Formats: sequence, structure tokens, C-alpha cells
Amino acid sequence: MHFSRTLIALAVMAAGLSAPAGAQDASATLAKIRDAKTIVVGHRESSVPFSYLGADQKPVGYMMDLCAKVVDVVKERLKMPDLAVRYQAVTSQNRIPLMQNGTIDIECGSTTNSVARQQQVAFSVTPFITSIRMVVRKDSGIKAITDLDGKPLVTTTGTTSDKLIKDNEKGQSVNVTNVYGKDHADSFLMVASGRAAAFVMDDILLAGLMANAKDPAQFEIVGPSLRDEPYGVMLRKGDPEFKALVDGTLTGMMKNGEVAKIYTKWFQSPIPPRNVNLNFPMSEALRLALATPTDKGVE
Amino acid sequence: MGDFDFSVIAENWAFLAEGLRYTVQVTLVAMTGGIVLGTALALMRLSSNRLLRRFAAAYINIFRSVPLVQVILAFYLILPLVLRLVTGQMIPVGADTSAYLTFMVFEAAYYAEIMRSGIQSVPRGQVGAGYALGFTYAQSMRYVVLPQAFRNMLPVLLTQTIVLFQDVSLVYAIGATDFFGAADKITQRDLRPVEMYTTVAVVYFLICFALSRLVKRLQTRIAIIR
Amino acid sequence: MNYHWNWQFFLQQTDDGLRYYEWILSGLGWTTLVSLGALALALVVGSALGVMRTTERRALVLIGDSYVDLFRNIPLIVQLFLWFFVVPELLPEVLGMWVKQQLPYVATAIVGLGLYTAARIAEQVKSGIQSLSRGQRNAGLALGFTEWQTYRFVRLPMAYRIVLPALTSEAMNVFKNSSVTYAVGMLELYFQYKQIIEKTSQVLEITLVVTLLYVVLAFTMNRLLGWVERRTRVPGLIAAGQGGH
Repeated sequence: MHFSRTLIALAVMAAGLSAPAGAQDASATLAKIRDAKTIVVGHRESSVPFSYLGADQKPVGYMMDLCAKVVDVVKERLKMPDLAVRYQAVTSQNRIPLMQNGTIDIECGSTTNSVARQQQVAFSVTPFITSIRMVVRKDSGIKAITDLDGKPLVTTTGTTSDKLIKDNEKGQSVNVTNVYGKDHADSFLMVASGRAAAFVMDDILLAGLMANAKDPAQFEIVGPSLRDEPYGVMLRKGDPEFKALVDGTLTGMMKNGEVAKIYTKWFQSPIPPRNVNLNFPMSEALRLALATPTDKGVE
Repeated sequence: MGDFDFSVIAENWAFLAEGLRYTVQVTLVAMTGGIVLGTALALMRLSSNRLLRRFAAAYINIFRSVPLVQVILAFYLILPLVLRLVTGQMIPVGADTSAYLTFMVFEAAYYAEIMRSGIQSVPRGQVGAGYALGFTYAQSMRYVVLPQAFRNMLPVLLTQTIVLFQDVSLVYAIGATDFFGAADKITQRDLRPVEMYTTVAVVYFLICFALSRLVKRLQTRIAIIR
Repeated sequence: MNYHWNWQFFLQQTDDGLRYYEWILSGLGWTTLVSLGALALALVVGSALGVMRTTERRALVLIGDSYVDLFRNIPLIVQLFLWFFVVPELLPEVLGMWVKQQLPYVATAIVGLGLYTAARIAEQVKSGIQSLSRGQRNAGLALGFTEWQTYRFVRLPMAYRIVLPALTSEAMNVFKNSSVTYAVGMLELYFQYKQIIEKTSQVLEITLVVTLLYVVLAFTMNRLLGWVERRTRVPGLIAAGQGGH
């Protein structure tokens, strides 16, 4: 069976087609999941409350709950009720390569759906919209972008905010030293330890990092929204059937109010591991996006 | 960031211990695999076949001139591509699994050089003596040369293993949860870098210091017998 | 396999206006700066420690030995994190804040990598000095040199020549180890490697290029020190017979 599969793959390659093996009639991702009897879910380790490690170091969160539903639908579709689910931690650096090379089948984290990324991967309909703002230590006295002049500013590499700071820096003629953290938590640690004056990032991620800190009152989110960005569940590119399954599942949940319930559970109630409440009510932009689902990415 | 607060260690010791267990496990697997693979490479490097010699030399030189972090990340990303080429299927390889293979393959280059000098430390006459007893090349290597080379090089092999034990901390680059990775994850959540990193440093020091003292004692004992 | 080879992306523009190959070159520049800086620091500190460990003062020997034990038994990445996150907290508040916000990251990286490497250099220098016959020191003393002068004019120049091959491999190690400084915010070659993979996903091309660059760096260092070795060779010594390694 492996042999014939290899033959098909070779034939496809020889014919110069770029479609993956076995893509003629069914979704390649579903075929892979069926063959491996496993679906691999990519998750983040510190993207609170979307996808992060809870008290027992198991991934939990808003996106994980949405994905759990998608996994249920996959089980139904494949008629494999005991399909294994494997969790794979990803970072903002490796999530796209890992999706492309087949290590993960679906990424449930906090990935911005951008037009640039759509060249490489696909995104589901938008289940969340974030605004980019900055977190500072309260005792730093920083309130606006202009207060940052001459100070070190941390950003996490490989995220879209990276570009945004550079654009904005020019516009406002504020001179900052850019320093880099390897992950959101690392960047936040830089602010907490005084290594950087501010961390510019999606407001909800900042709220999550703050809520999980030992003493959340030390920090605050300040400044205007630099930009709104939609998040998406990330999928492999070129598999419309699998995307339709994911979109259909999410859209159904948006319509029947299930998403709103899950939203309340993660954004407006105490969440693990410390039972902190993020107190992050739904924004108008998100309310609109849930009413009329879209998978449009930002430029 | 305030005074020392070591309760963060007490609250998370189980997670840290789990990380340490993983570090030890990778070390032991990579040591065993690395020494086997390294011995094969050393034999190839000393073989009379030019092709084998070239291959072994290239393998050893390339891995010895490339940073380990880069190899760790490259293997992690390329391995699934290779597996897919070979099997035609997409086989997921997690960071934890990938690390075992990476360290085995990488450390083999270092163990190979140690085994090579070990083999060269055995007088040539002994191989001749082996042949005179009717041994084949393989037999004289297996029964005469390699046991002595291994014995002579034991302290160096173990010292390299202590280096390996420390190097496992670099799996941080792919987000695997080794001892250091575990500490790092807790630090990022609890924001207590001072306590956490200090503890990690102390634990590493105690383990590595004790091991290197043991190796030193072993060295003097072997030296006396020889 | 569906891998799309694409060598042209190196010429494409990145988010910050530079091209990808320029990111690589800038990474290469930082790698070189951090490595050479750390190597210089390591040679100075390592030589001092190596000398201390061969003196007859027990206190000096103890300090030298403890330093080597301490710095060799903690992983490099942990040491860098100690310098980056822990040390500034132990300093007086104002100084700590200055270190955290004003001191360029490259200084922390060089200190961390340099002091780590110093322990290894100290081992080499010590064994070089100890490999000399006692007669060399005695001859120096007989000429009226002080103890220090026998080090400066007789023993160290000989010791360096003897351990040059070992120092060469340490110098090559520094370049490799400099890759770990990405974890304390250095935008060096490995950092750029990681970042370019994230942006382009062209894993194979960039891996080949970066691997080649590291090999070239190691090779250059090896040849450079091989040249130094030939220039400084002392005729009549066994060590003079080996070139490079």
C-alpha cells in the first residue's frame, strides 16, 4: 500500500503537477489524517487565552475549544470516532513551515490572517479580531507612543506587529531602539524586568500575559489601536474541501451562539491556571465579524 | 523585581524534574547512539577505502564546524521533508523526538574523533598480532583494537558526554521541554527570572561538577592499571 | 516531495526594506563582531587565569581552578541568561537600570561568551605552561628575571606556541558558540537564519547557505591561525612539525 502510494506520488511529480498525492477526489489533509489515524493540532504555549499551557501543562484556550469542535466534525466525516488527537507546540517562527511540511494539520493559536501569509497557508473564517497596542510598567509613566522616544521597545520576531512598528516609527518620528524577544512571554519578561520600556502587540495577548503575571497591577495597556487584525485557524493551502469543513463548523457555531458562549468562558470568566478573569468584553468589530463570517486577511 | 522568592521553585518542582528526566534521557540515548555511530565513522576514516575515508572526513568536518543550535532547528524542519520523500507520507515529528536523532547524529562527529585517536593509540603491532592469530580485519578490530581504544578513551568519551548533557539545553531553540526549557517556560509565566535561572545554574553546576570529578578519578585509576 | 526550490528569494525585499541577502550579511557581521570580541576577552582573562593556576600561590591557584570549574559546568545558554536577566537585578538599582536599558546588548553577549570561553582558554594556557620544563623558569630566574618576567618573556611565549593548535580549535568554537547569543537578543547569523525561515519557509536553501557560511568562518579562522602558527614557529620543537590540524 505504501508502495502504490509512492508510485502515485512519483507519477504526480513526473507529470509536473503540484497537487499532493491522492488529492483527486478527497481532501489531502483528511486523507492524511485517515491514514495516520491521527490528527495533529498545532498549539501555542503562551498565547492566553487562545492557546496556552494550563496548570497541568496541557494546551487549553478559546481556539482550542473551537478546534475541539472541528476535530469532532472530522471524526464524524471520517467515521472514525476513536481518531487520535496529538498536540504539537508551535512558535511564531515555525508554525508556517510546520504546517507546510505536514507536521501539523490545523493550527489553533493566535495567528493573524494576512494577505501575505495567504500565499503560504490558508485561514478559516475569522473567530477573533485584535487591536495592536502596547503594554508598559505602570511606574514607567508612559502613556502614548511619543513617550517612547529614546527608549528600548520590544517586539516578538516573526509577527506582523514587527512591520507595524517600523511603519509607525517613521510616521511619528519617534526614535526607539528595537529589541527582540523570542516569544510573547519572552518579550513580556523583557518589559517586566525593565529590559524594554514597552511591548507592542495584540491587546488581547497583552491582557493575557498581564493576567497571568504574579502581580497584574504592575502593568497597563496604553496608547491607541495601531491597527485591527483578524485571527484565523491556520490550515494547509490548496485544500478547499478541508477549509470548507472548518469554515462550515465555525460558521455554524457563530450562528447558533456557541462561539459567544465560548467567548464568555475564556474572556469574561476566571480561566486556568490561576483563575484570573481577563475582563475583555467583545469588541464591536468582532461582533460584526461573528454576524457576517469572513476569511478576509489584512494587507 | 523584588526579593528572592523561592516558592516559585517549590510550586513547580515536578515540572522541572520532568524536564531534567528528559534531558538525561536525551543524553543517554545520544551518547549510546553517538558512540556506536562515531566508532563506525572512525573506522571508516581510518579505512583503506578512499571513498569511505572521504565520506567520514566530510561528515565529521561539516558537523564540527556548524553550530549545534542551527543543526537542531534544521533537523527539526527538514526531517519531515525527508521522511515524506522516503515514505511518500507526511509523518509528524515532534520537537522532543527530533532532538534524540539530532543529538545522536551531531555528537557522532565528536565521538568519532575521540575514537579515532583511541584506535590510533593502540600500537600497530597489535593488529599484526591479530592477523598472525588468523583473525580477519573485522575480528582484530572487534576483539583486539576497539576494546583497548574504548578503554583508553573512556574518560574523554565521558567528558564529551558531560558536554552533551549541557548542550541538550539548546533544544530551547525548538521549544522542547528539557530541564532548561521547563525553567524557561515557568519563568515566562511567573516572571521570576532571578530565582529560576539561578536555580537552573546551580543544579547544572552540581551535576556536572560531580560527574567531572568522577571522570577525573576514573582517569587516574585507568592510568595506574595501564 | 512538493518542495519548491527558489533561490531568487535572497534578492527579494523584506519588511524593513532590506533584501534577504542583506539580512544574512548583517547577521554575519554581528556574528563576527561578537565572536572576535569574545575571543579577545577570553584570551586576556583566560591567559591570566592560566598563569594564576601555575603559580605557587595557593590562593591564586584556588581562584583559577574555581573559575574554570564554575564556568565549565554550566551550559552556555544558562550563563548568558544569568548575565542578561539575573546580574542586572543584583546590581544597585540605578546601575542595573542602566545595564538593562542603555548598555548595548552586544556588550552582554561578548561578556557572557567571552567569560565562558576564558575557562577553556585557561585550561589550554595552563597545560601549555606545565608542558615546559622547569629549566626554562630556572634559566629565566638565573638571568635575573622576576617570577612575573619569566612568564612574560620566557614561559608564556613558548606556551602559546605549543598550545596554538588547541587555541585554534577554541577560536573556531567561539564562532559556533556565538550562535547561542541570539537568545539574549543578538541579531546574528543564526537569528537571521531563524527569521528568514519564518518569513520565507525556504528551509533548504537558507540552511545550505548558512551552513556554508559557518563552514567558511571556521575554515578562515583555521587558516588564519595556521598562518600565525607557521610565522611563530620555534625551530627544533616537536610541536613545530605539525601545521594546522
